[in-house]
Amino acid sequence: MALTEDTETTGSSHADDGLVGDASRVTGIDNAVLRMSEAEVAALSQETTDEFGDSKMIINMGPSHPSTHGVLRLMLEMEGETVLRSKPIIGYLHTGMEKTGEQLTYLQGCTNVTRMDYAAPLFTELAFSLAVENLLEVEIPERATWIRMMMCELNRMTSHLLFMATNGMDLGAVSMMIYGWREREEVLRFFEKVTGLRMNHNYIRPGGVAADLPDGWQEDVLGLCDLIEPRLEEYDILMTGQPIWRERLQGVGVINEAECLALGATGPLLRSAGSSWDLRRDMPYLAYDDVDFDVIVGTYGDSFDRYAIRLNEIRESMRIVRQCVANMPKGDYRVQNKKVTPPPRARIDESMEALIHHFKIFTEGFKVPEGETYAAVESPRGEVGVYLVSDGSSTPARMHVRAPSFVNLQTLPHLMHGGLLADAVAIISSVDPIMGEVDR
Amino acid sequence: MSDVETPDEEPEGVTVEPAPVLHGAPVTVIAGQNVLHATTETYPELLANLQAEGFGQVVDLCGVDYLLGGRPAVPASIETERFEVVVNLLSHVKRERIRVRAQVAEGDSIASIFDLYPGTEAMEREAFDMYGIEFDGHPDLSRILMPENWQGHPLRKDFEVGRIPVQFKAAPRQD
Repeated sequence: MALTEDTETTGSSHADDGLVGDASRVTGIDNAVLRMSEAEVAALSQETTDEFGDSKMIINMGPSHPSTHGVLRLMLEMEGETVLRSKPIIGYLHTGMEKTGEQLTYLQGCTNVTRMDYAAPLFTELAFSLAVENLLEVEIPERATWIRMMMCELNRMTSHLLFMATNGMDLGAVSMMIYGWREREEVLRFFEKVTGLRMNHNYIRPGGVAADLPDGWQEDVLGLCDLIEPRLEEYDILMTGQPIWRERLQGVGVINEAECLALGATGPLLRSAGSSWDLRRDMPYLAYDDVDFDVIVGTYGDSFDRYAIRLNEIRESMRIVRQCVANMPKGDYRVQNKKVTPPPRARIDESMEALIHHFKIFTEGFKVPEGETYAAVESPRGEVGVYLVSDGSSTPARMHVRAPSFVNLQTLPHLMHGGLLADAVAIISSVDPIMGEVDR
Repeated sequence: MSDVETPDEEPEGVTVEPAPVLHGAPVTVIAGQNVLHATTETYPELLANLQAEGFGQVVDLCGVDYLLGGRPAVPASIETERFEVVVNLLSHVKRERIRVRAQVAEGDSIASIFDLYPGTEAMEREAFDMYGIEFDGHPDLSRILMPENWQGHPLRKDFEVGRIPVQFKAAPRQD
């Protein structure tokens, strides 16, 4: 595996714990987070002679604002055009999915979790499936592993292409919005062919995947790569080298490695600060040990680095996808364990037992041994983890999803502190939160 | 690390043989993962120790309600309570994960680890919102996902799941 950047980042600064920068800006009671309730803010706005005088004011951005990626609301303390303290207010999309998860069987669970991060649904499905398989102690077939890996990397591409589109839109490169959606749609078309749905696939399930890849998938996937590769070069021309784009992003929303660790930030946010940490390489799951790819690392921890990291991660994902096409093993796409896998459709017509078994698995679900486990994967936004507690029945006693967007949102006040309101838009966009996952 | 006394009797359901102690706390191994157990008293010190030992990131913190049972194995030296606060830590240097399960009684509070790991602010707020677990020393312990005036804590096992009544009708007559 390629470890080109690793030596540099972990070897350069061994001051005390090897971290770049210090976390003093974010520890303790900092001056970036506006810790006030609605009532307190309302009371403040009633007073005319308050501690703010007349130079500061608190304004709301969102929840319905085009650049907040859904229903994120920000309470901003402003002094003129400058953002002082701020607070992300979330929960507008909260539908109690963790509570719902406790009512659904393990087989139905994927339908639930896939709706959390709707831009990268396969990753939450994967984390959930890995957690269930961990408790069941089943080994999934090699082909299923590789199919999962290939689909996830394609999903990482769609998610980052979506970022390219929305990031471009937020920053005024409106044509980029159309290009990003266009390329993403091409990949989604392939997803629809494989899983039946463009999004919310419910494709990766405990025990394997829902269906084998359709005939001719190799041509489709390689065609996608050949299509998108030159388009990425066009993005480079359109944005990366362009002075307006650079002016708009470089040095905006800077964070360092120690602050990222303290705040729990993962994914491109952490890598932009120079930390070479990618679960695919550092704590490998699936078959990431057998493929060759680079972990893209930034230097300055600003919005431009986060943009560049995502753009290059599309290229790395394509590299992995190509290797998956070349090395896809033959065999089963799901585990042949009668406990977990429903019988094939053809058997139901000829065997009463198969019919009963099929019926039982879909009405009662399968039982998972008592225990608890945590499984994490590297999603496009960072570490998505599933903490599962099983009481031995067919529904989880507790299903908690560690959503990267939810944790990454905590960096927003620190990134925006002291910057301009116009930069706040660039910063929200560069953190790339998906509200479905934040609110769950 | 092994200077802490081991429990007299073998904790039930645990297969680790001699001294099941890691980082100064009783440990169980479940599905190949190390789980440290703590009470509200030992919890802050344990977390401080873990941070000193290089667990630089709290990736996840959540609450669990065991009102209806189903609790995975806990060493005998730890008295079980209704709630648990589960903290997942990660060490980038050692490439290692560890989990802490702290027992919290209903109506009791537990120390906030905001001072050690500022990133737990939102997670502790979520645990408070969903289970009503109080975190001492948290800078802004308020609801995060539910509306500010919401009554009750939705993820508690005694919080009813809303249901939409379904009226089953006889099949329409075919004649």
